[in-house]
Amino acid sequence: MALLQISEPGGSPDPHQRRIAVGIDLGTTHSLVAAVRNGVAECLPDDAGRVILPSAVRYLEQGRRQIGHDALAEAATDPRNTIVSVKRFMGRGLSDIVQREKLPYDFVDEPGMVKLRTVDGIKSPVEVSAEILATLRYRAEDTFADDLFGAVITVPAYFDDAQRQATKDAAQLAGLNVLRLINEPTAAAIAYGLENGSEGLYAVYDLGGGTFDISLLRLTQGVFEVVATGGDSALGGDDFDRLLADSALARSGLQATTPQDKRAVLVAARAAKEKLSASDHATLACPLSGGELSVRVTRDEFESITQDLVARTVGALRKVLRDAKAAKEDVQGVVMVGGSTRMPKVQTVVGEFFGKTPLTNLNPDEVVALGAAIQANVLAGNAGADELLLLDVIPLSLGLETMGGLVERIIPRNSTIPTARAQDFTTFKDGQTALSIHVVQGERELVSDCRSLARFELRGIPPMVAGAARIRVSFQVDADGLLAVSAREEGSGVEAAINVKPSYGLSDGEVARMLTESFSTAEADMRARSLRESRVEAERMLLATRAALAADGDLLSADEQTDIQALLSALDTLQHSEDHAAIDTAVEALAKGTEAFAAERMNRGIRLALAGRRVEEV
Amino acid sequence: MKLDDDDFTLLGLPLRFAQDRALIDTRWRELQAQVHPDRFAADGAASQRVAMQWAVRVNVAYQRMKDPLKRAAYLCELKGAAINAESNTAMPSGFLVQQMEWREALDDAAALSDVEALADAVTKHRELAFAKLQATLDQQGDIHSAAQQVRALMFVERFADDVDQRLEALGQ
Repeated sequence: MALLQISEPGGSPDPHQRRIAVGIDLGTTHSLVAAVRNGVAECLPDDAGRVILPSAVRYLEQGRRQIGHDALAEAATDPRNTIVSVKRFMGRGLSDIVQREKLPYDFVDEPGMVKLRTVDGIKSPVEVSAEILATLRYRAEDTFADDLFGAVITVPAYFDDAQRQATKDAAQLAGLNVLRLINEPTAAAIAYGLENGSEGLYAVYDLGGGTFDISLLRLTQGVFEVVATGGDSALGGDDFDRLLADSALARSGLQATTPQDKRAVLVAARAAKEKLSASDHATLACPLSGGELSVRVTRDEFESITQDLVARTVGALRKVLRDAKAAKEDVQGVVMVGGSTRMPKVQTVVGEFFGKTPLTNLNPDEVVALGAAIQANVLAGNAGADELLLLDVIPLSLGLETMGGLVERIIPRNSTIPTARAQDFTTFKDGQTALSIHVVQGERELVSDCRSLARFELRGIPPMVAGAARIRVSFQVDADGLLAVSAREEGSGVEAAINVKPSYGLSDGEVARMLTESFSTAEADMRARSLRESRVEAERMLLATRAALAADGDLLSADEQTDIQALLSALDTLQHSEDHAAIDTAVEALAKGTEAFAAERMNRGIRLALAGRRVEEV
Repeated sequence: MKLDDDDFTLLGLPLRFAQDRALIDTRWRELQAQVHPDRFAADGAASQRVAMQWAVRVNVAYQRMKDPLKRAAYLCELKGAAINAESNTAMPSGFLVQQMEWREALDDAAALSDVEALADAVTKHRELAFAKLQATLDQQGDIHSAAQQVRALMFVERFADDVDQRLEALGQ
């Protein structure tokens, strides 16, 4: 009998079919791209050998721009047009941005997300982030001299739906195929866990430039299970800089009024803060329009100025332990991630809290990108099937507004994703024909204290007496942690659905407009790209279906086999055509036509895998 | 195991209230390791969709099984005693009096120690109530009485949430 050379589902395909997938850490202060090469994850350097790309974009006249080191160098001379720490504005309205008067930008208050006025026009934080992502995408494509199959992009675990959606929009704008959004502490845990072969409960303390996360993860045989997560998506190194800058200004009697002054004092504060990690004193110095600022600060002084910030992170540690119903003693190791964990005080406080020395053996700047690269390699289908599995959670509860402005929690925080839940509601007035649905995220009881994610209406409910209608509202959270909501009146079948986007994300129209205006993806470019993606998907479907037939064809009747073969050959003949829509249609037909088969195969797979293991039970 | 099995069958757990939490965790992890869409990353859209359905189903079951109150409510419903928490709010008067006392105590609690004392009292109450619920369900098999206890415990859980929020607000 001839042996077929077919890779098992989840097995490694031939080397020449390897798909290039990268992990991207889109950070507040700097960003990195990493990939698995020859089985090892590594950060990819730029032409000058630097792996770190400062998250800075400077807009110039006539659509020109500088990105990264070049932009950062001009932050103090051209502060208004040089956007740094843009991550803090992702998915945020103007009123969300604390201490905005201390920032040198010209904010534009728009419904939804705040925007920034620059010499090159008004920019959304999504566009600014897309510039950074596109730069990393080019770096990766140059490194491999090939197109990218896709990217895993990291977000703070405590990012809410609006911030996640904004990040995904930015990646789309940068021409990246997003394989998954994963949480930064989880990515760090992957890099650490695989390095050390650890098992047990681990805490990841991730204090970055603008965000703070604390995650508790349980590691068991390649499964990374997030037990609970917490944090503050507006607490990071930038806040330490700001407090230090304020204190220096107060002591000198000088003021920072111009955008140049505001940026200069923040840059000087950051430099002094970094110096204080290694030395017990530093001088915060910079020229301001009102005179020369020069203030000597000791480490003790710095630590007392910023002690409230560190205390806030400790409060979050307590909360996450309570959520996980775990004691400090249950935690076997503490991993430190993010540049801000270089501050000695942070390490001491966290060490004292858990009663053990935190792990810092991997570079805290690189570890997130490395973990994302490892997951990207798995999601591209390059890794072995049982190498790694991530089971992550949503950080904040999702709910609906009910009578009296109260929140009905539908999916509680720390639920493992993907997940779904439906809840029934009814009308409260006789003859009511529409129901307004307001989706919110947060832990507070009052709608006004939670973040509003979306509003939509279910219309066309047949008139009934109050309480007679049965309206089922379904929440679905996908593996990226993004929410979709639908509502249906069960008696009449009237339906309405929404991908939660409008209130703080960008509408599809806005994304389309940015895409057409954008630098990186001209229209012809876009078309070529969709064709390429369609062909890749067609090839993947053909291979996977043939492999499935070879392995489990016995589950099908002769008729079913014939039907699937017909769909296969239809796609086979189309796969090299120029018409991406036709390819997509044939792919979808094959997917639909094999869904029942896939379900049968799944049942068989589970039976085989779990048979024997449960014999002793019940 | 099938997609439309009940949670107990799906996770291979005995059909009763008392459960070993570690076993629930293990079963959930084993099953996710088989069905999670990431396990089928190299496959096509059909496998991805089926895997997504399974992963969601397994997570929903896990969420319900690991929470004792949700598990009890589910078991009552499965055995034919609907909970109907919204429409069935009749409670014994002794229970209502105690709820009101707790509410007042929480409103009056100014110091952290007051709230902590209240949290301890609630924890003790819950432990006793769950022990009773377990006996009612697993030994006596009295599902209607169990459903009544579940409804009462829902109030207690809600109050415990409020106590937690107060603790959080006090920085603990």
